[in-house]
Amino acid sequence: MAVLYKYESQVRPPLVEDNKDYHQVTVDIVKPIEGDPSKLWYIGFFIALLLLGFGIFSITREVIYGVGQWNLNKTIGWGWDITNFVWWIGIGHAGTLISAILLLFRQQWRTGVNRAAEAMTIFAVICAGQFPIWHMGRVWLAFFVLPYPNTRGVLWPNFNSALLWDVFAISTYFTVSLLFWYCGLLPDLATIRDRAKLKWRKFFYGVASFGWSGSTKHWQRHEALSLVLAGLSTPLVLSVHTIVSFDFATSVVPGWHTTIFPPYFVAGAVFSGFAMVQSLLIITRKVLHLEQYITIEHIDVMNKIIVLTGSIVGCAYLTELFIAWYGQNKFEGWAFLQNRVNIHSPLGWSYYIMMSCNVLSPQIFWFRKLRRNLTVTFFMSVIVNIGMWFERFVIIVTSVYRDYLPSSWSTYYSPSPYELGFYLGTFGLFFTCYFLFSKFFPVIAVAEIKHILKKAGENYKAKMGHAEDETPEQFDDEMGHGDH
Amino acid sequence: MHWLRIDRYFSGNLEDPDDIQTVFQPMLCQHCDNAPCENVCPVAATNHSTEGLNQMAYNRCIGTRYCANNCPFKVRRFNWADYTGADSFPNNQDQRGTGKLDPVVFQMNDDLTRMVLNPDVTVRSRGVMEKCTFCVQRLQDGKLKAKKENRPLKDMEDVQTACQQACASNAIVFGNVNDSQSLVNKTRAENKHRLFYALEELHVLPNINYLAKVRNTEKISESINENKG
Repeated sequence: MAVLYKYESQVRPPLVEDNKDYHQVTVDIVKPIEGDPSKLWYIGFFIALLLLGFGIFSITREVIYGVGQWNLNKTIGWGWDITNFVWWIGIGHAGTLISAILLLFRQQWRTGVNRAAEAMTIFAVICAGQFPIWHMGRVWLAFFVLPYPNTRGVLWPNFNSALLWDVFAISTYFTVSLLFWYCGLLPDLATIRDRAKLKWRKFFYGVASFGWSGSTKHWQRHEALSLVLAGLSTPLVLSVHTIVSFDFATSVVPGWHTTIFPPYFVAGAVFSGFAMVQSLLIITRKVLHLEQYITIEHIDVMNKIIVLTGSIVGCAYLTELFIAWYGQNKFEGWAFLQNRVNIHSPLGWSYYIMMSCNVLSPQIFWFRKLRRNLTVTFFMSVIVNIGMWFERFVIIVTSVYRDYLPSSWSTYYSPSPYELGFYLGTFGLFFTCYFLFSKFFPVIAVAEIKHILKKAGENYKAKMGHAEDETPEQFDDEMGHGDH
Repeated sequence: MHWLRIDRYFSGNLEDPDDIQTVFQPMLCQHCDNAPCENVCPVAATNHSTEGLNQMAYNRCIGTRYCANNCPFKVRRFNWADYTGADSFPNNQDQRGTGKLDPVVFQMNDDLTRMVLNPDVTVRSRGVMEKCTFCVQRLQDGKLKAKKENRPLKDMEDVQTACQQACASNAIVFGNVNDSQSLVNKTRAENKHRLFYALEELHVLPNINYLAKVRNTEKISESINENKG
């Protein structure tokens, strides 16, 4: 028998660096909550509020004066509004994938990033939800989409409409994501409550943690509930963007009416979602000094997902293009080959931005060195989200602006200041929420990350340091296994 | 906001202005039996009547514009702003929002000018979709008249759509297709070979059909003679 006990596996480096102990983990992660926010936080928060204010101004104008404030027309009924809606919804997907699917697949690295990613999901869904609401001509009647009992006889919403499916898909998604996120937060909020010295903080976190005492019964229920919510969230990762893609796939507009949309949209959503997680976490880990928890290893793994989903998306683009030619449907052929691929067409340039940002540039992540480079990753994560924005723009606008009858073609579309303001406003909303989250809630799941500390192993190693010089027999004797 | 537009199509050699021929096609809501606009409305504001009309319930419409996007004929029109003073926000004279003072909108608030508005037609408010109704108010009026006199509805006498009435060459025929004696049915039967539906391949089943234009030009006679020879 070889002296195997002397060796430890080198396959996987520890997920938390610097050999932290349990107390140190708590102290590191709750530090930003217990201390005062930095100057940088105030500046960032102020900019976010400014953007939010501009967004509120833009929407108010639109509600008072009508959707004519935007540069839409009789041909292009959806422009930046629905583009932004699909973009934000897509971004949310990474959080649910990390918290639900990776939990079921027992990917332990998820504990370093899941809290922030789930928060991102919730804020992104809130931002996404603004667009279908405020893009309505008569927003004050938005409640018509809800199937409530009414006095109008048999008048219900139209269950055939993909927009109605959206209402249910997104509200379910938001509810489950919020519950899952909050359920995970409970033990951490109780930790902050127990450590709190200020009265208001003790009260606030006391209420927020719902009287969590850390008893075995609480933990047992917590684990059971987490698993149930993970089970509920898993189909939602796939279903939400599938249903969003039905908004287009169930129509008759060439370029929208495409059966490949559901899987292609889901892959695209995960792709853009992980890019957004990268953008956020690269900054968060730096500003909050969490480099030992959100390590280069995490960045590397997420870049692998980006290159995988980016390639799936690229594959879908090419399939679509091939079918547009092979199918010999002249309207579909026109939408793809003339409205998009033809760079001289009015909006042809957007197709090339989409292709280069989404398909070509992520391919650099086949190289390990580039996957582990923070600057490159941050730059690429922004590029990917620009590309994914253009994907939605290409699908929505370049399909509908020149479809069947040439008499109705609209040659160009660019946003009005208020359309732009609405989009910037959702950035303001997103970052306002994210800044508040990073100040008042732990950005890493304290209780969960403690599960993956290799603390016991590290202690064992220290104790067994002298075993290096022993023979196997001595070792067996010492360990009490020498019965043979 | 017009509900019927005239589309033009050109044929011939575009390089030679003398050779260009123009045909036109009035394009209005086709009242499809398999209407793509109807199934996409989340609140069922646009739906099909038992008489085959594609109808619009303005006060149910919340303005998602999905129906307009999904209409292959692009005949739906959206109220982007308050054009007629029918809005719940009475500010249509204040045109600062749209950057210009539109004299038409301004005059629409004048009591005298408002008399041009047909009292039988609902004035649409901001944020709702509208389109050709096949003059549903005239249909209703005709049906009530026939009912009072206890007789079936007669095409042409009881009911004419506004476009039909205005067309000087009687090119527009409207009527009951379920009645085998109606003018619209006879016209269809007599013109089988030049009858077509717009974008028929989409299978939206329009209720409107067109008759192909026949031109007895020298060019065509020549090519027929050539074929005979």
